[in-house]
Amino acid sequence: MAEKISFQKVTAEYYDVLKELGNIGAGNATTALAQMLQCKVDMQVPQVRLLNFSEVGEVMGGEEQIVVGIYLAVEGDITGSIMFILEQNAGKALVSKLMGMPASEGEFNEMEISAMKEIGNIITGAYLNSLSQLTNLKMLPSVPDLNIDMLNAILSVPAIEFGIMGDQILLIQTRFTDDVDLNGYFILLPDLESYTKILSALGLSI
Amino acid sequence: MSNIIKVGMADLNVCKSPDGITTLGLGSCVGIAIRDPVAKVGGLAHVMLPDSTQIENNSNKFKFADTGIEELVKKIVALGGNKSRFEAKIAGGAQMFSFQNKSDMVRVGERNVEASKKKLKELGIPLKAQDTGLNYGRTVIFYPETGAFVIRSAGKPEKTI
Repeated sequence: MAEKISFQKVTAEYYDVLKELGNIGAGNATTALAQMLQCKVDMQVPQVRLLNFSEVGEVMGGEEQIVVGIYLAVEGDITGSIMFILEQNAGKALVSKLMGMPASEGEFNEMEISAMKEIGNIITGAYLNSLSQLTNLKMLPSVPDLNIDMLNAILSVPAIEFGIMGDQILLIQTRFTDDVDLNGYFILLPDLESYTKILSALGLSI
Repeated sequence: MSNIIKVGMADLNVCKSPDGITTLGLGSCVGIAIRDPVAKVGGLAHVMLPDSTQIENNSNKFKFADTGIEELVKKIVALGGNKSRFEAKIAGGAQMFSFQNKSDMVRVGERNVEASKKKLKELGIPLKAQDTGLNYGRTVIFYPETGAFVIRSAGKPEKTI
């Protein structure tokens, strides 16, 4: 019984740390987005939420909603992964802005996918950079992989990783505003061993 | 009037004909549908991980293929199903991204499928059909009355297995 309580305590602390890191990272990502698009991008204070698996899809706008998911592995002092999820329309709007041409109808074409990967690369890179500076730990992102599919199917990947620890998923919701509202979600997934490193880098002990 | 009952991630439920049961957007998770074709009762489990014995925090039995299928069988029996007549269909277990960085997460979709089949075999429940793997999500609807397992994916025609 004692073991179980201590595990739950660690999990709660783990979420708190991720929450704080998420707040900081989202700010940097917004700055990077503004530089890339060469326009002013406002960001609302990110909402960090811990959601049950059963409700997360609905909260994010519907389990079958088509979204863009960008997934990167992180290596270096910290290992794990990071995912950035964007509504399909928001993705199209960003891509069209970056390429300076109107968005295509229907599915993303090859050029738009490659532009979307680049956007994901820059946003998640800025995110990781700020975490890296804060903790003084090296975090190297891999080449991003992208998939466009139903929200729950994309979410299943981070949900399964969270599922090893518990029954909830930690979501950092960031609303960017330029001409239109763009809803984006970050999901950070450091490995359990990396979590210890992050905690001690921030001066916390377990 | 028939209803469609919804099952969430790491959850399961049962229903009686003419009702159907659904789960939305299976990715690397696996949906296991089991029914008794005579009593026309059945259920659907949405499992996330293959093996409860490999995980320390395994109190949610619905989350794992091994314990999830056991619980689903119990619930269908409680609803009037006879285990000797049970038959199953499965879907999901996609690999949504081409890499996954952790060794234990590699091919988790495929491992979920393997674990589900292994458990069904162990319980003596025949697997009638499957639509698994590849790299896209699936919404499934199961009708215990006919055994139809309807599969919908983004940008693809609907199919029934």
